[in-house]
Amino acid sequence: MQWETVIGLEIHTQLATKSKIFSGASIAYGADPNTQACIIDLGFPGVLPVLNEAVVDMALTFGLAINAEIGPRSVFARKNYFYPDLPKGYQISQFELPIVGMGSLTIDLEDGSQKVIGITRAHLEEDAGKSLHEDFHGMSGIDLNRTGTPLLEIVSEPDMRSIKEAVAYARKIHQLVVYLGICDGNMQEGSFRVDANLSIRPFGQEAFGTRTELKNLNSFRFMERALNFELERQIDLIEGGGKVVQETRLYDADRDETRSMRSKEEANDYRYFPDPDLLPVEINDQQLQRARQNMPELPDQKRQRFESDYSLSSTDALMLTQSRQQADFFEKVVSNGGDARMAANWVTVELTGALNKAGIPLSQSPVTPEQVGGLLRRIADNTISGKLAKQVFEAMWNGEGDADKVIEAKGLKQITDSGQIETIIDEIIANNPKQVEQFRAGKDKLLGFFVGQVMKQTQGKANPGQVNKILLGKLKG
Amino acid sequence: MIHNKSIVELGAGLQTGEFSSVELTHHFIQRIEQLDKDLNAFVSTTPEQALAEAESADQAIKTGQAGPLTGIPIVQKDIFCTRGVKTSCGSKMLDNFISPYDATVVEKLKRAGVVSLGKANMDEFAMGSSNETSFYGPVHNPWDKGRVPGGSSGGSAAAVAARLAVAATGTDTGGSIRQPAAFCGITGLKPTYGRISRFGMIAFASSLDQAGPMTRDAADAALMLQAMAGFDPKDSTCANQPVPDYSATLSDSLEGLKVGLPREYFGEGLDPSVAASVDAAIDLYKRLGAEVIDISLPNSGLAVPTYYVVAPAECSSNLSRFDGVRFGYRCQQPKDLEDLYKRSRGEGFGAEVKRRIMIGTYALSAGYYDAYYLKAQKTRHLISDDFKQAFKTVDVIMGPTTPTPAFGLGEKVDDPVTMYLNDIYTIATNLAGLPGVSIPIEPVSGLPVGLQIIGNYFTEAKLLNVAHRFQQETEWHRLAPEDSRLNP
Amino acid sequence: MSLDHSDITKIAHLARMALDESQVDAYAEDLSNILGLVEQLEAAETDAIEPMSHPLHMAQRLRADAVTEEDCRDENQAVAPSVENGLYLVPRVIE
Repeated sequence: MQWETVIGLEIHTQLATKSKIFSGASIAYGADPNTQACIIDLGFPGVLPVLNEAVVDMALTFGLAINAEIGPRSVFARKNYFYPDLPKGYQISQFELPIVGMGSLTIDLEDGSQKVIGITRAHLEEDAGKSLHEDFHGMSGIDLNRTGTPLLEIVSEPDMRSIKEAVAYARKIHQLVVYLGICDGNMQEGSFRVDANLSIRPFGQEAFGTRTELKNLNSFRFMERALNFELERQIDLIEGGGKVVQETRLYDADRDETRSMRSKEEANDYRYFPDPDLLPVEINDQQLQRARQNMPELPDQKRQRFESDYSLSSTDALMLTQSRQQADFFEKVVSNGGDARMAANWVTVELTGALNKAGIPLSQSPVTPEQVGGLLRRIADNTISGKLAKQVFEAMWNGEGDADKVIEAKGLKQITDSGQIETIIDEIIANNPKQVEQFRAGKDKLLGFFVGQVMKQTQGKANPGQVNKILLGKLKG
Repeated sequence: MIHNKSIVELGAGLQTGEFSSVELTHHFIQRIEQLDKDLNAFVSTTPEQALAEAESADQAIKTGQAGPLTGIPIVQKDIFCTRGVKTSCGSKMLDNFISPYDATVVEKLKRAGVVSLGKANMDEFAMGSSNETSFYGPVHNPWDKGRVPGGSSGGSAAAVAARLAVAATGTDTGGSIRQPAAFCGITGLKPTYGRISRFGMIAFASSLDQAGPMTRDAADAALMLQAMAGFDPKDSTCANQPVPDYSATLSDSLEGLKVGLPREYFGEGLDPSVAASVDAAIDLYKRLGAEVIDISLPNSGLAVPTYYVVAPAECSSNLSRFDGVRFGYRCQQPKDLEDLYKRSRGEGFGAEVKRRIMIGTYALSAGYYDAYYLKAQKTRHLISDDFKQAFKTVDVIMGPTTPTPAFGLGEKVDDPVTMYLNDIYTIATNLAGLPGVSIPIEPVSGLPVGLQIIGNYFTEAKLLNVAHRFQQETEWHRLAPEDSRLNP
Repeated sequence: MSLDHSDITKIAHLARMALDESQVDAYAEDLSNILGLVEQLEAAETDAIEPMSHPLHMAQRLRADAVTEEDCRDENQAVAPSVENGLYLVPRVIE
């Protein structure tokens, strides 16, 4: 039997605000337990929620970016259940009338094709706290710092037909929310959490199979592995005559397997109803206008512009626009006099390589885009050769100053004086009669030997074009 | 006697130095000590804090910084969070709860210079119409100790009526200010929903709850409301509306006032002697120049059933936070998490609270939501529209606050539905969010009776004007339970 | 709508409230009576009526995104039944 995979994703993105969604407590990561849980977050008797303006703006920005239906009214609802990390006994979320309605996102697949994935909705909600299970004499400890952290839950249609598509979609959403500046995208800290619904059906069958929900997919790698495991498990189960049970399963990265979370499975009856402490959010034109104006250029638009404005290959444009930071860096290099294609190469190869080697993000790069631009100017005006440029780059990386300063200090300036080059070449020809003879007898490859000798003599500073030309003239006699 | 004076009268005495706030406060502390044993109107008293507040009030009076409430001893309903003071909400669940913060209402009244004598008894989590559901035992009606004071603000009403405090705060979700005010012969105002901040007021039903003053008369209510009302950035449902000077218009003429009498409020179930008392009050309004118009609120019959879906639904969710984890009662030695929840809540809540949580849980549960909760939200709309229609032709609506005077302790406590029907005239205004005031009119067989006056949104000034004009012509609001004319 | 013993048990579980077994039937009777009262709503014609969640037609007000709360852990935990190292303690949570 040939099986078709059907996947839908629910992605919780933590919004990059300063304060919580309904209180003025900080959402900074890593504080001492319960020091960032104020009486509102703790659900003390008598407290009330007031909605954070930034949260609405961020949701609208996302909605516009996926061309979603927005407004005019959005309503908060209570999702009622008891759990120690949920202080009020209900989570303030959205049920009917989410802030962002139906939209879509186009993903790029490895074979170069594209696919449109439907996004059912995106709604605002508050995060829960954390239960810590270290031994407190058989008790669990509850830290409610995370309680009330704003989340935008992005729910896709079950439109993905392979694990690769699902990963591509998740990556694209990740790229988008980081681009929009609404999420820091930090998966280790839980700022971007993916839950996946996966089912299988025989090819050609229209009805969906029974799905399972996978939780705790806190990296793209784990997500791919968990989905692979779950896909195999479902196929084995069905082919072995069994049935898939609709349930929530937790991915265990250490064992690389998914297991049933029965504790969460108890027939939940969340008793959603509109939260009477909050009024309907009305989205007006000014708000939308503001969100539109504040909207940065999106990855796809940027990529197209890079291709047309800078005549970059689509591969380079795609690579450069992976992150907004990298794209901005590239554009700064160009605006500082760097040739666009050369800049693309330097940013994606040399700079990225150095960053990876050092294990630091672009934001901590010791080399500025202005410096890279300065370096490329010196390559373009023949002050240095491409080969020596790498040496200059290394020096810049080590904090030895701008390209010009390094070139000056290390005396790396290219020799372009033909007379000087001729003198050196004459000397080399005189000292290597055997090789000259062989070359003249037809052994063309020996040209490299002579170039190498010249470069050795000049410590690589001779202009390669001139060296070639003069050498050929003299050798061929 | 000094304790029979109103805020307005006491304010004059404090200003002229006839007595100090400390003397006044001492007097009330003594009265509470002597008389509250038989009433049980207080859950806790805070004499030291009260005297400290009185001292600073006297200081403020000396330096000319006093306002109309400076130095006036009041009592806070125990539903309002008071920093450093037990805030029990009438429940075992919060018997050990010392609030770390002040409710906005408490903060505002403190700023106005009041002296807080303590916290008033109330029905548990404000769920009740007789003050019999309190963990601290029932409050007795000062007019007849065998009768209930009404609820849920029963302690507040009894304290003001018995002259144990000059004024009190109350809250009203379905009549909890107006009904006890009527039963105890005082003036009780439930403002428009959103007029007073709910922050720090322990929620029963968030879309219905509203705080208000409980006082001797309308002029005092105007002063209290002045201090309590206004926008609060901490409450999303609090209206950003200007607060008028409620005292300025108290004595305005009622010439041409259009008074609507809903025929549904005068039908079956209304005690004939209460009806006669209400009729007499309305006759007085006619003499004051009011024009009386017969109106209909056709969906009045839906109010009680609508309320008993909406209020329990909201309360079932609001009270989920009482789980024995962060504050409040926790059961002994829970064997697991579920046991912790179930026993803490089962042991911490009383029977009426449990009934309402269960009704609400059921009304919101899968398969019943549409039939109960959604349906009730729609009938709520019908009820609200009735008033909208009525206020196109009338300025205020009048009728009895309750169908009967105060009933006996224990008389209805075992029959929830009969108890609920006692709020038949007060509930609709909460569903619509409208303001209403109850003022004392001619008593029946020695028991106080209330006239309810309902106004359009944010017309508290008009309601107080209408109430005050009546009180300028009558003495009912001056009667005290100790008065021999009523208790021979 | 009349509720029986098992309905009450289910509802009480959903609301996480332990009921004294001997009182369950009394609750069943009380709740059935209350639902009897509520059933008067059925007669009301509401097909064309919008549900009403709030008494006032106001829109949600928005708060500026600023940190305004300080750490009050000690004060907030002073009323907690069981804390250790700043954490609230509960019987072990099983996932």
